[in-house]
Amino acid sequence: MLESRILKALITIVGKDQVASEPADLLCYSYDATQQSFLPEVVVHPATAAEIAAIVKLANAELIPIFPRGAGSGFSGGSLPTKGGIVLTTERMDRILQIDEENLIAVVEPGVVTEQFQLAVEKVGLFYPPDPASLKFSTLGGNVAECAGGPRCVKYGVTKDYILGLEVITPTGDIITTGGPTMKGVVGYDLTKLLCGSEGTLGIISKIVIKLLPLPEGKKTMLVMFDSIDGAAQAVSAIIRHKIIPTTLEFMDGRTIDCVRQATGLDVPLAARALLIIEVDGDRDLLDKQAARIAEIIRPLGVVETRIATTPAESEALWQIRRSVSASLRKVNPDKFNEDICVPRSKLPEMIRKIDAIAEKFAIPIVNFGHAGDGNIHVNIMINKKVPGELEKAHDAIEEVFKGALELGGTMSGEHGVGIAKAPYIPLEITPQAALYMKTLKKALDPNNILNPGKIFLEP
Amino acid sequence: MAKLKDLEDYQEEINQCVKCGACRAHCPVFAVEKREGRVARGKVSLCQALITGEVKAEGKVLEDLSQCLLCGSCEAQCPNKVPTDEIVAAARRRIVEERGLTTVGKAVSALLSRPRLMNLAAKTSGALSNILFKKIPAQSGLHLRFPAPYLEEGRTLPPLTAKPFRERVPEIIPGEAGRPTVAFFTGCGINYMYPEIGEALLKILKFIGVTVIIPKDQVCCGLPAVSAGAGATVEVLAAENLRALSRNPVDQIVTACASCSAGLGKIHPQMGEEYVAQGKKCVDIFVFLVQQGLAEKLAALPKATQRTKVTWHDPCHLRTRGITKEPRQILASLPQVDFVEMAGAASCCGLGGTYSVYHYQHSKKIGARKAVNIKESGAELVATDCPGCIMQLQDSINHLGEHARAVHLLELVLAALPVE
Repeated sequence: MLESRILKALITIVGKDQVASEPADLLCYSYDATQQSFLPEVVVHPATAAEIAAIVKLANAELIPIFPRGAGSGFSGGSLPTKGGIVLTTERMDRILQIDEENLIAVVEPGVVTEQFQLAVEKVGLFYPPDPASLKFSTLGGNVAECAGGPRCVKYGVTKDYILGLEVITPTGDIITTGGPTMKGVVGYDLTKLLCGSEGTLGIISKIVIKLLPLPEGKKTMLVMFDSIDGAAQAVSAIIRHKIIPTTLEFMDGRTIDCVRQATGLDVPLAARALLIIEVDGDRDLLDKQAARIAEIIRPLGVVETRIATTPAESEALWQIRRSVSASLRKVNPDKFNEDICVPRSKLPEMIRKIDAIAEKFAIPIVNFGHAGDGNIHVNIMINKKVPGELEKAHDAIEEVFKGALELGGTMSGEHGVGIAKAPYIPLEITPQAALYMKTLKKALDPNNILNPGKIFLEP
Repeated sequence: MAKLKDLEDYQEEINQCVKCGACRAHCPVFAVEKREGRVARGKVSLCQALITGEVKAEGKVLEDLSQCLLCGSCEAQCPNKVPTDEIVAAARRRIVEERGLTTVGKAVSALLSRPRLMNLAAKTSGALSNILFKKIPAQSGLHLRFPAPYLEEGRTLPPLTAKPFRERVPEIIPGEAGRPTVAFFTGCGINYMYPEIGEALLKILKFIGVTVIIPKDQVCCGLPAVSAGAGATVEVLAAENLRALSRNPVDQIVTACASCSAGLGKIHPQMGEEYVAQGKKCVDIFVFLVQQGLAEKLAALPKATQRTKVTWHDPCHLRTRGITKEPRQILASLPQVDFVEMAGAASCCGLGGTYSVYHYQHSKKIGARKAVNIKESGAELVATDCPGCIMQLQDSINHLGEHARAVHLLELVLAALPVE
């Protein structure tokens, strides 16, 4: 519990209603989608950069840790208040400040929900492509801090590819801006890129300048079923080798199909052991041609059936299959570890084989689906924590999955971030020298280690 | 007596919440006040903490748990289908058991001891103006269903009827031989505030030859008491209704109020087999009319040259039970109507039983979003199937300074039929 003079000081900064410290308040800001829970000592709801700066200055002087939080929907524990202290939420900073149709940029506050922003820019014919699965509730501030991805990244890139500039409160309470509204800019270090994906450890984002694209005229969705995972994986490479980059290239392995079939009565032939959801976008005239071309390219690869949506409703029905995956996994086992390794896309078939071998070795079901187009696989290790030994087995299996991905030139996390969930495995991927470089940076910027301490790197 | 479930009985369902945050996109209350305690994920956490004793039923816990419309929007979108509405209702019952009823809760409980007072209240009040509505005796269940006790400035309320609907009509209205017999469960809204809806229903059923029984001794469905956490009241009301509705053999029990339909169809069946059987018989009037082939008959009528643009509002208590197609089917088949879909048709109107009694300002904000959607649809009328929604929708439209009217779909159906 914080001293009352600290609470009073916080109240002076943001007002009484925006400082919450009753047990109910603390409990409601203790968790995220990792299902772990750490009670903070106080929750503050600032509305401006100046308020955040004042809070950070106070915390820095009093050595109180601050944990910035968007929607609390992360999968790596990035927003969890692991050391008590202050949870600083951006929930009130939810305004879209500008949509500039001449320069194709927008300026937003960090608490804007991603989908709300997409809908707003689409109204004027513009497009913000990054589409994390949580887009209906996650915030742009959180997306930038974690450098969120999504299905469309195969064609359009990830969050950081759309961030031109930021307004950031430094760990010592200064307000700085990085980058700006221009497409080019090479003056000084590229702090914008540094801060994208910095998981709230180097600064608190208070404003975001975003690059927009013209909204594609139309899209076409197709579902292709294969008789083997190899066929599906080869199809991904084949499509891209033929110089077609679909908007999305989502895959589900056989076990995932079984789960969805069980949970929803999905009408898919038993012969289908993998499927791809392929979407192309662009000028309407070209869509049919592209879809036909893709069907032709992949036909020799063990295609069991192809369904091409002809109406938005049919397209929606195909996507519904993908969306029902997460919930249906619980049929396999009650607890899951949802990892998000990423390998060069040509290595996808090899990675899947490795994962299958790991599943067999540890005798745990591992269900794979995800963004095949960019080699980003959601590896779901399904266990029952109540069964003795399962948790340990899961950890061992995860470590082998990570090692496997790294051997193929991949990474442990494509889009979820490190937070606390992957912090123990960091030495597998980051050399001591590179880690030192990062830690030196963190120490110089945050000498008192008050901003999201204990994230990314484990603390002694 | 048959009992509702305790909070502890929901442990399995509570465990299903994986804290993903999806509810943040769909909770109408969270949309107007972005606080984690306002959203399903937060409330489920608080309920869990109530069970373990980590928090006590006091302060913000009470406030957060009162900030729920029980609309079920979160459950519909929840990947694990956590029934937050049921969990919160159970938590409220537990809180009432620990702390006693609030003023409003006491009002509904008074129904128990002297249920006849409801009739008396309506009778002696006569044709009440909005202001006089305040003077209704505290015993009236309407105080729970409709936000009268703390009536705030600017709330639009319909007048109470001098003669309750059930006293205006005979208990049995015979139809044609070989046609079904149904019981009509009127609910308080139709009985005391909107008797014209009940009258429309009777005329329509007569037109299609259905025999209707309207048991005089039926009482409130108890949904306002569910919202207030008055569990014992719900149980007594349910038992009275079971007796009243099972006296005559009927094929089905029809309702023209989404809340009553949920009371009989979803809440009461939690209390045992006999209620399950009754719940299975309970059918929403538009589902019944579609089953009886009325949609086709209406669609076959020649289209009027002058048609009215009408949109549909999904009452939560129909939507959460999947009843969304049939009312639209009826509405679209009406010869005098051009049906237009509005944005957010499925989002809660913001009344939420006793919710708006305690939180009228929030309720108004939720309603305001709805009113904007109605305006943008260009509809002159917004039709629905719930007296509570009608009242809230009209209030919201009025606050926006618009002229659309909220009506019960039965009134539009009646207008299309060649009957008196």
